[in-house]
Amino acid sequence: MDAAVMQADKTHTTVTTPAQPLIMKQRKPKIVAEGVTVHYGDKQAIFPLDIEIPDRAVSAFIGPSGCGKSTFLRCMNRMNDTIAICRVGGKITIDGNDIYDPDLDVVQLRARVGMVFQKPNPFPKSIFENVAYGPRIHGLAHSRTDIEEIVVRSLKRAGLFEEVKDRLDAPGTGLSGGQQQRLCIARAIAVNPEVILMDEPCSALDPIATARIEELIDELRQNYCIVIVTHSMQQAARVSQLTAFFHLGSLVEVGDTEAIFTNPQERRTQDYIMGRFG
Amino acid sequence: MTDMADSPSAKAKASQSRALDAARVRKRYRAESRFRWYGLAAIGFACAFLVLLLSDILLKGLPAFEANTVALDVTLEAGKIDADAIAGSNFNSIVNNSIRDMFPGVTSRSDRRALPKLLSFDAVDEVRSAVIANPSLIGTTQNFDLKLSDEADLFFQGMSTDEVAIPVTGSLTVEAADDGFRLTSSNNDFAGVLARVKQRLETRRAKLALQAAQLERVRDRLAAEMPSAEIAVKEAGAGATDSHPAMRRLAKLQADTASVAATLERLKAQTDQLAARVNNTSGAEQLTTVLPSFFVNLPETGVVKITGIGGNHVTGEAYMPVAATGAVAPGNWSLVEYSQPEADRRISDKEIIWLTSLREAGLVRSGFNWPFFQRGDSREAEVAGVLGGMIGSALTLMVTLALSLPIGVAAAIYLEEFAPRNRLTRLIEVNINNLAAVPSIVFGLLGLAVFLNFFGLPRSSAMVGGMVLALMTLPTIIIASRAALRAVPPSIREAALGVGASRQQAVFHHVLPLAMPGIMTGTIIGMAQALGETAPLLMIGMVAFIVDVPTGFSDAATVLPVQIYLWSDLPEAAFQAKTAGAILVLLGFLFLMNALAVVLRRQFERRW
Repeated sequence: MDAAVMQADKTHTTVTTPAQPLIMKQRKPKIVAEGVTVHYGDKQAIFPLDIEIPDRAVSAFIGPSGCGKSTFLRCMNRMNDTIAICRVGGKITIDGNDIYDPDLDVVQLRARVGMVFQKPNPFPKSIFENVAYGPRIHGLAHSRTDIEEIVVRSLKRAGLFEEVKDRLDAPGTGLSGGQQQRLCIARAIAVNPEVILMDEPCSALDPIATARIEELIDELRQNYCIVIVTHSMQQAARVSQLTAFFHLGSLVEVGDTEAIFTNPQERRTQDYIMGRFG
Repeated sequence: MTDMADSPSAKAKASQSRALDAARVRKRYRAESRFRWYGLAAIGFACAFLVLLLSDILLKGLPAFEANTVALDVTLEAGKIDADAIAGSNFNSIVNNSIRDMFPGVTSRSDRRALPKLLSFDAVDEVRSAVIANPSLIGTTQNFDLKLSDEADLFFQGMSTDEVAIPVTGSLTVEAADDGFRLTSSNNDFAGVLARVKQRLETRRAKLALQAAQLERVRDRLAAEMPSAEIAVKEAGAGATDSHPAMRRLAKLQADTASVAATLERLKAQTDQLAARVNNTSGAEQLTTVLPSFFVNLPETGVVKITGIGGNHVTGEAYMPVAATGAVAPGNWSLVEYSQPEADRRISDKEIIWLTSLREAGLVRSGFNWPFFQRGDSREAEVAGVLGGMIGSALTLMVTLALSLPIGVAAAIYLEEFAPRNRLTRLIEVNINNLAAVPSIVFGLLGLAVFLNFFGLPRSSAMVGGMVLALMTLPTIIIASRAALRAVPPSIREAALGVGASRQQAVFHHVLPLAMPGIMTGTIIGMAQALGETAPLLMIGMVAFIVDVPTGFSDAATVLPVQIYLWSDLPEAAFQAKTAGAILVLLGFLFLMNALAVVLRRQFERRW
């Protein structure tokens, strides 16, 4: 063990995790991270952290820019694999299966763990093709009618169908920002994921579009385990049941959203929530 | 804060800073407008050169697209054509007679031999193939549009000589003289001719005088060197042999001086002679072949070439038979000048007269030069065409495209999307970039050494040419494709990976289609480069004179730029027009390819 990791371990031990959050008592844990670390080259981006993320609930990661919340989010569907210099340590399990198991097929994993990005990034294809792409490559549908059904269902679930039902052949890039983001959500849920990761999904949207997305997230939590990274504490307070506060690559505090926002245990959490830094 | 601003010094400071601001703004505006003018000047400069280039090529090349034919009655005598072996029959004499029959007045043996040369050698083939196609023509007289020679084409296009009609007012008296005719104008109409001739003579005299002056300077310089050379010889002493440097120098100086003096003397004599001719006001002036040609057109197609001028009369030789002697009323005769001296052009005075008389008879037709696009190369300018080069270029480019596009795009995709970033891939990248800068002839040498000598592939063939050009084009395509792939926003890759596409699926379903316009553009630029390339093809033997239009990839072929290069080397004036014409065809191809690039770009372009 080198000096940096020793240091990291020390930081690790100083984190005080409060008693198990209430939400964890009501839901079974979907994702469990144990001692996860991330290095970008020589730079350590995440110091060992443990967290349990509940199924059928929304968990929010908050914290100032560069605190590692997005990095940790991208560990959960191994999107960090695409960055050559990124190394992930520790163990992350989904339903008890280690997702960094060398035998695990990363493509299968990403089908189970969908992702919505900060900037809406629909494919430069038609709205229909955007949603149909995932089911098609995963062989979820065998006929045109199957596909159509999946597309319509996904669009309906994403709350977009009524707005685009007359122009499914129009390019997805022609929609407004909020619609594009809902299209991306529809695309993500079309492949029947178990987990949806959202990396600041509303940061590029206006307040009205944001409200629509938040409503949608609230509906989706009935069926999915949702993890959302957000800069907006109000958003975290509005949509999530569990909140985790990250700071400088460490998980500072995790707990029920209500508890975190009303009665933070850590001083740094309190300062951040009060707007003293970040 | 407020009382500070109110104080006088603060006010002064504020106004000073406002003045500075204004000065800065003005300076910025000046800089901007200056920059705009630089840009406009640069663009104007470029456009001016482009227009100059294009107009020059157009002007020179357009004659290549025009060809002249003459409508002649050809008597297909049954006795001269063997109906059983038409192809082997002697059509030469049949065709030659057809044009000779047009000029019954031309009787001299040498002129009768010269007449058929007005026609293209292709004319015989034309008649022969017509008879082969329809043997029932034998024994009849048919009217054929026969192709004229390249020199005739050039003459009709005004490329050989200027044709100037000199106005005449008086009546003309025609008398037979010793060996020709004596023409006298009642109104001194030949004074103009004499003035023009004198002007020519004076120009030549001035030119010779200039040469003489230059030579005099050379002589003076040699004379100035002489003393030092003599001293050097003296210093070398009596023992110096002829091979001693000083001796050699002196000998050379002496020889040079002698030859310069001789030339100078000759020049002086010529200049004096010319001066005497210019100043001579009374005596007759002889018209030689180094002077412009003047003709008098008489009634009933009679033409007299002026050979001597004196005062108000001229003497001349009948080039077309003169119908009658006696007086000719004003308006019934004319005077024409061909400014280019006969000695300086390839078409003779007689040929000009024959051609103009055919033109007067309304038999000459000019039309689009289809054979230019229907034939391969030839030594005869009027039948040389670019089809061989066009087909050769097309075949070569097909091979180039078939090889370089898949290999180049595959290499680019691998390097950009899949290859690990390490020392080896960086080395490969640097080398690909360097390859793009390698002179193309090096690829030709490689092709010669590897494809021809090692693998023994057919020399001069479109296949090998295409392979060499593919090597040359590969770096261009790889670099352009990589740039296009890199320009695809990473969010598209993430989106695809995010819904569970594999890397290959992400690349082929999403990244590649978006990079396609860039790849297409790069490929077409590479192809256009390959289309215009000559140097590497010289090395693999595509520079040969190839008459046959290639029919396959292994046939000996040539390409358009090489064809242009070959023609540009030929001395015939008609080939200069062909050269420019072929350049126009090549430019047309390039425009077409660039237009294709634009269309494809539009087609594939998608917004993201």
